[in-house]
Amino acid sequence: MSGSILMRVGLQPDPYLHLADDAAIPASNTDILVSLARWQTDSAALRARQGRVGVRLDNHVDVVPIAADLARADLICLVFPGFADGRAYSQARLLRDRFGYRGQLRATGAAVVRDQIVALHRCGFDAYDLRADQDPVACLAQLDALDLAYQPAQDALESVRRLRRRAAVQLQD
Amino acid sequence: MYRYDAYDQALVDQRVAQFRDQTQRYLAGQLPEEEYRALRLRNGLYLQRFAPMLRIAIPYGLLSSAQLRMLAHIARTYDKGYGHFTTRQNMQFNWPELARVPDILADLATVEMHAIQTSGNCIRNITSDPLAGVARDELVDPRPYCELTRQWASFHPEFNWLPRKFKIAFSAAQSDRAAIRVHDIGVQIVRNAAGELGYEVYVGGGLGRTPIIGVKTADFVPEADLLSYLEAVLRVYNLLGRRDNIYKARIKILVKETGPEKFIEMVEQEWARIRNGELKLAGDEIQRMRAHFTVPEYASLPEEDAGYRAHLEQDSAFASWTRRNLHAHRQSGYAVVFVSLKANGVAPGDVTDAQMDALAELADRYCFGELRATHDQNLVLADVAQGDLYPLWQALDALGLATPNIGLLTDLICCPGLDFCSLANAGSIGVAQDIFDRFENLDHQHDIGPIKLKMSGCMNGCGHHTVGHIGVLGVDKKGEEWYQVTLGGSAENDASLGDRTGPSFARDAIADAVQTIVEVYLELRQNEDETFLHAYRRVGMAPFKTRLYPVKAAA
Ligand code: SF4
Repeated sequence: MSGSILMRVGLQPDPYLHLADDAAIPASNTDILVSLARWQTDSAALRARQGRVGVRLDNHVDVVPIAADLARADLICLVFPGFADGRAYSQARLLRDRFGYRGQLRATGAAVVRDQIVALHRCGFDAYDLRADQDPVACLAQLDALDLAYQPAQDALESVRRLRRRAAVQLQD
Repeated sequence: MYRYDAYDQALVDQRVAQFRDQTQRYLAGQLPEEEYRALRLRNGLYLQRFAPMLRIAIPYGLLSSAQLRMLAHIARTYDKGYGHFTTRQNMQFNWPELARVPDILADLATVEMHAIQTSGNCIRNITSDPLAGVARDELVDPRPYCELTRQWASFHPEFNWLPRKFKIAFSAAQSDRAAIRVHDIGVQIVRNAAGELGYEVYVGGGLGRTPIIGVKTADFVPEADLLSYLEAVLRVYNLLGRRDNIYKARIKILVKETGPEKFIEMVEQEWARIRNGELKLAGDEIQRMRAHFTVPEYASLPEEDAGYRAHLEQDSAFASWTRRNLHAHRQSGYAVVFVSLKANGVAPGDVTDAQMDALAELADRYCFGELRATHDQNLVLADVAQGDLYPLWQALDALGLATPNIGLLTDLICCPGLDFCSLANAGSIGVAQDIFDRFENLDHQHDIGPIKLKMSGCMNGCGHHTVGHIGVLGVDKKGEEWYQVTLGGSAENDASLGDRTGPSFARDAIADAVQTIVEVYLELRQNEDETFLHAYRRVGMAPFKTRLYPVKAAA
């Protein structure tokens, strides 16, 4: 285990062991998080285990050709190497929306902060490896305050367009 | 015009509170400089040469008189009593105090305005035809589509951290007054053979360091699919646009490096998947948006007003203003009035608080309380009855806003340059002043005819110099200001990029160079109807070059 992860319900211990590429695969029932390279080369060994397996993708990875394979992962961890590098937002939306990925989608890196958590949530992330300087309470408060958005995205929030459409139909009835 | 409902207002109010909190955290040392920078940019706030600069969004250039009064109030209360209209149909204030910016944004929100996404690497203010809704050559009013796009782009959770800034423009007219081919996405609203509305889409146009004309990516996107098509383009760009080099990060480079065919294929694949989802404009959504842009209650007027005719005959100054600063209106007895923000002694696009208040008053009195900002840094009063033109002109003249130079040489556009911008190599405003002094004679300007002179203080090209008929670009040569000149650019239907004349000119020679170019044109044009651009396209660079760079006589 390597620390805590913020989930919608609050800070949770991270059950996943973050496995370096050259580290041996541990006992069968430990949950592990591996790199994409490891996920691909050790595919058979990882599959044979009982513990859950998560995979971490760099943000320049094209998820389209590997999406079917990724669907087996219990967790996909997407990376934000810089505060202003938003590629993983689109990776997340493709995984959720285009490929229907249902497992945990975790955000890690420099952008996992209170000023971006609402956008992360809206794009389909449900687990946040908060940057060390972040206050989890303040981050959750941002999510609690979210009640309105123009765009349809990956969360359950109804878009303003839809709310207006419904109001217009009700008016006609 | 579009009015906020409770949802729009709540979203803007939330954003003001969020930015206030971010600013407080920054000032308290709780938010790293670099992150605050990224966040403040997305709220229009730059820190530049002398002071912060705040850029306020004027969506597709449309302003109510109440909004203009608020801009006047901000100029007076938080700035030095003036504001600056930009080439993006926005307004900039150059002297606000950082700690008070949240208050400015709160004031703006009370009149349904904001500064959201006016800078930073995100989707910027949507721009359009300043004559939308009144032009004779228009298919439909493009503004409902602009507003739908504005809302989709505002706070988009996925596209707030793009490789680079992203600009979208709409046109629905035969002549393109929105420069759609030099935008990241340019949308031309069209009707297909079956009579249905839709969009022709251009992607990857742009000015700046690598000027390029956009590639047509779609001949016809059906009307209901606007947002899904835009989303597909943005998703491809967000994933694949270059982030390793700021100069290669615009979508134009992605289109070029991927190849247009492959790029189009990727967009279409994504679009096909999402076009029938939540983004589809459904039910009477478009209709409801159109209802916000109603035609004003025009009086039924004769084609020509007798009083107007009389004034034209009696007052030659008025007559010359009407020749230059009016545009045909589709409604009988009405005219479109251009308010020139290019008076001698004033930086192009600058207006004072008093002028703004007075203009708001005139808009209320003569133009249904609305104004528009143009990307040529002028204003438009779009719906003026002919009978009101004379008093309106008198009022504008008294305000110094009736220079009859629209479309002429001194109606030049010009970025803030060295006077304000920290990126500038050269002072564009000073050169503008030189040119003004030299060409102030209006008869001479009328004789020269329509010509677009555009100046930028550096390669970023905020003054759109590459699409100027004459373009002037400030460059740095060993710490000195020099100016490179291009000829033959255009941002309209016949979009083209200007060609360089040759070596650049020193500060004291640039006005001479412009004058020489104009003289050569006057000598070689076939007749008065042959404009500068046409003449240049006919004869090419050679005659200009010969005169600009005379071969030194052999000793
Ligand atoms: S063109 Fe250059 S100098 Fe002019 S405003 Fe833009 S960045 Fe500044």
